Amino acid sequence: MMLFAPELFLLLGSLAVFFISTGRDCGKLARTAAMLTALGGTLLCLATFCMQGDLFYGAYRIDLFSQMFKLFICLGLAIVLLVGTELKGVSNRVRPEYYLFMLLSVTGLVMLVSSVELIAIFIALELSSFSMYLLVPLRDDHDGLRIQMESAIKYILFGVVATGIMLFGMSYMFGLTGTTHLAELLPRLHGMSSSPLAILAIAMTLGGFFFKLAVFPFHSWVPDVYQGASNETTAFIASVPKIAAVALLIRITSLSGIESGALVTMLTILSVCSMFYGNLVALVQTDIKRMLGFSGIAHAGYVLLGLVTLKDSGYAAAIYYIIGYMLMTLAGFAVICRVSAKGENLLVDDLSGLHKRSPLLALTMATSMFAMAGIPPFVGFMGKFSLMTEAYRAGHLALVIVAAINTAIGIYYYLSVVKVTYSAEAGQRPVVTLDLTTKALCIILVTFIILLGILPSRIIEIAGTAVKAIM
Amino acid sequence: MEFLIMNKLGFPLLSALIFLPLAGATVLLLLRHETLIKYWSLTVTMATALLSLPLYPAFDPATARYQFAEHHAWIPALNINYTLGIDGISLLLVLMTTLLMPLCVLGSWKYIEKRVKEFMFCLLLMETSMLGVFMALDFVLFYLMWEAMLIPMYLLIAVWGGPRKTYASTKFFLYTLAGSVLLLVAIIALYLSQGTFSIPMLMGKEYAMTFQTLVFLAFFIAFAIKVPMFPFHTWLPAAHVEAPTAGSVILASVLLKMGVYGFLRFCLPITPDATIMFAPYVLVLSVVGIIYGGLTALAQQDMKKLIAYSSVGHMGFVTLGVFVFNQNGIEGAILQMINHGITTGALFLCVGMIYERTHSRELDRAAGLGKYMPVYVTFLTFFSLSSLAFPGTNSFVGEFLILAGSFADHKLISACAIPGAVLAAAYMLRMLQRMIWGRPHNPDHSGIADLNLREICTLAPLLVFVFWIGLAPAPFMKVMNVTVTNLITQVGEKQAAGMRTQAALTGKTNTLNLEPIKERQ
Repeated sequence: MMLFAPELFLLLGSLAVFFISTGRDCGKLARTAAMLTALGGTLLCLATFCMQGDLFYGAYRIDLFSQMFKLFICLGLAIVLLVGTELKGVSNRVRPEYYLFMLLSVTGLVMLVSSVELIAIFIALELSSFSMYLLVPLRDDHDGLRIQMESAIKYILFGVVATGIMLFGMSYMFGLTGTTHLAELLPRLHGMSSSPLAILAIAMTLGGFFFKLAVFPFHSWVPDVYQGASNETTAFIASVPKIAAVALLIRITSLSGIESGALVTMLTILSVCSMFYGNLVALVQTDIKRMLGFSGIAHAGYVLLGLVTLKDSGYAAAIYYIIGYMLMTLAGFAVICRVSAKGENLLVDDLSGLHKRSPLLALTMATSMFAMAGIPPFVGFMGKFSLMTEAYRAGHLALVIVAAINTAIGIYYYLSVVKVTYSAEAGQRPVVTLDLTTKALCIILVTFIILLGILPSRIIEIAGTAVKAIM
Repeated sequence: MEFLIMNKLGFPLLSALIFLPLAGATVLLLLRHETLIKYWSLTVTMATALLSLPLYPAFDPATARYQFAEHHAWIPALNINYTLGIDGISLLLVLMTTLLMPLCVLGSWKYIEKRVKEFMFCLLLMETSMLGVFMALDFVLFYLMWEAMLIPMYLLIAVWGGPRKTYASTKFFLYTLAGSVLLLVAIIALYLSQGTFSIPMLMGKEYAMTFQTLVFLAFFIAFAIKVPMFPFHTWLPAAHVEAPTAGSVILASVLLKMGVYGFLRFCLPITPDATIMFAPYVLVLSVVGIIYGGLTALAQQDMKKLIAYSSVGHMGFVTLGVFVFNQNGIEGAILQMINHGITTGALFLCVGMIYERTHSRELDRAAGLGKYMPVYVTFLTFFSLSSLAFPGTNSFVGEFLILAGSFADHKLISACAIPGAVLAAAYMLRMLQRMIWGRPHNPDHSGIADLNLREICTLAPLLVFVFWIGLAPAPFMKVMNVTVTNLITQVGEKQAAGMRTQAALTGKTNTLNLEPIKERQ
């Protein structure tokens, strides 16, 4: 019972929000309930951090790996709720539903990282995906273009295709091995790691999670969904699901065994394509959310640097990186949500002179951008550094050089945001006033981005132990 | 760990130097009153400077090992440590940095009118990371400080800069950062080959030639951009012209030195074979830089640009000294780094003082100032003479040593550098002539006041060092002597065989080069 406590609590929270959503004008109440659920979930994850056990006939495993991811997912949810306190982009009428779907989606993600059986993985993934598809069209119609509907349709269509590919891969896996339990799959697949069918099965199964992480060629939903969804929704989609995606990518990649050359080649190619595509296209973006979307594709490419190693240390680096990425992205979105007065999309130029309009937001934005660009002492640097070290250690020198070159390319557009923030004139743009929560949130995010960058050893250590246990 | 002499002072002096400005910057955030902020920054930088002074008497010049060392585990999983230590190369650079910072604060007293708190905050962060670069003995710590420095420097230019600040700051940031991404790959490559990030432990190891070549090139691009060597210098004039006075001083006096420091600390001892292989090309680039910088400086109307291009020339001399690999050359190069920091820093402060008064840096508009600012032009004259290496001033000693070193081995290349010294005299005297005597149609300067006490206090310490080093360089030379000998041994063992053959052929013994090797044997 205690093993399942975080999930149960999230489900209970969702139920509570569901009842709240039947009333009228209950946006505030629903928000409080969601916030309490997120905090309670975080605490329960902490309480169950060191527990171990199997549930549901071995389909559901509680271990350090799953609990660590659950903790960060719940923490991410809490930060997302704080980032989107005012929820400017969503009308008050549908806010309770908005929080309901968000909680359900997180419940799905939390279940996903514990699932060790193909059907359970599929169900958890779909629970989170379908709730997330619904978050996108809940945005207010700002300019009469109904852009959020277009995004939602794109999101669902691409999502369903990715799911289809994943299911196809899973069916091969089942066909090859006769089981759906990962623990039994592992030894049987190892035996045939050179067979093309096994590689194909693993590759296609990975597709579903490449979609979530926005890896090339499953990235095409990103710019439109980022642009069409409200700022708060984008903050959510850009951060929390990616953590779960990395968890599952690690679980499935580790199925392949050590000597799987074809899989490594595939991951390398996808990583290179993601980095170049994301960074080069981001260079010319003017909408800041689109830019962050493309930068997210590039960051997905960096994360794959850890996966190509097929080693526990590489996976640990990937986990460390994605946690850092969540913090950096959320810091950026915290600024976007505050600067956007009515929940409209922001152009990069809208940040002009932000250091005069709100020094703290400007500092937060600069931290976020410098961290994503991979400049010390922020977490983005240490993350890239450990990813590159691990990839190089595994012999992928060319990939490391490509990653280094991409870091250099990426600096340009991150810097252009900082440039606008710090050296452009504010003009007629209004001063942004901040409430106490926002100030605290910004300071906490900046502090953690720096602290995680300077003192990464503890978190890498935990991630390493967790990963070793599942391999 | 035999290369470290652990700190025996009773308290971690080097860490204190690094973190004192950082702590001061944190306290700064709580202060509100502008004057208080200025005095607090001055206090913090002065305290750091005073704290750094005991380094000199406590430094043991008889050993090439790293002194005042501190060693703590930082990220055990990757064998990354927090290791600090200084030797004869870094001691003077550390002292120069700490002593310059109070002057930077003083020089910005009136110049910075808006956002004083943020400005001083960036200045103090700069001090922390600059000191960190010179003290770090762990590659990751070094890289962290090296890159982290870009952020406050970028902000100094982008927020408090001149009209083209956006262009200049972006160019500075992109140029330097793009140059050092491959440095990171080289660092990882070294780590994987030896299993350590400790800089001294990576020195003197056997690496394959291809490996050395690639690592050297990655190092070289990063450091050559920072120096800046021709043809990587284009960011420098833009950044200097737009930066506020303190920013220009820090750029010229400290940041440029980091490139050469990188050559001395990493290229020579870690990749000696590749360094020797590429040395002729680097020497040619140095000489091109000397001539090019001199000629371009001669054509400038903007005083800051003039000094910026003169820096390209002066740094050409420094790299020339480094890559001749002999005692005179390298000692001269290190001394010249300090000299350039003092003299060019002072010249930028001088230009800043003019700018505060006339809001222009045009040479023509500053013409004839000598009549109304006698004290100012006195200072300016001494610093200009120092810049053109007039005998009796600091730069003369440095340039003389460099040329003595390079003539020993590379006569033709050194001969090509000589016109550079003449050009320096030409552009500096041209500036002096215009500013002191001016031209008939000069603007009316009668309302302009001479230097006040604060400004005299800013320039006077630098002038003291100009003459101190110029007339009695021994105290500065003695601390670096053994370290440089050791450095040459590290490179020289590779070169020694070739040198002996050469000596036998020409019938002469090159004592300067063989001495260190004998000593070690």
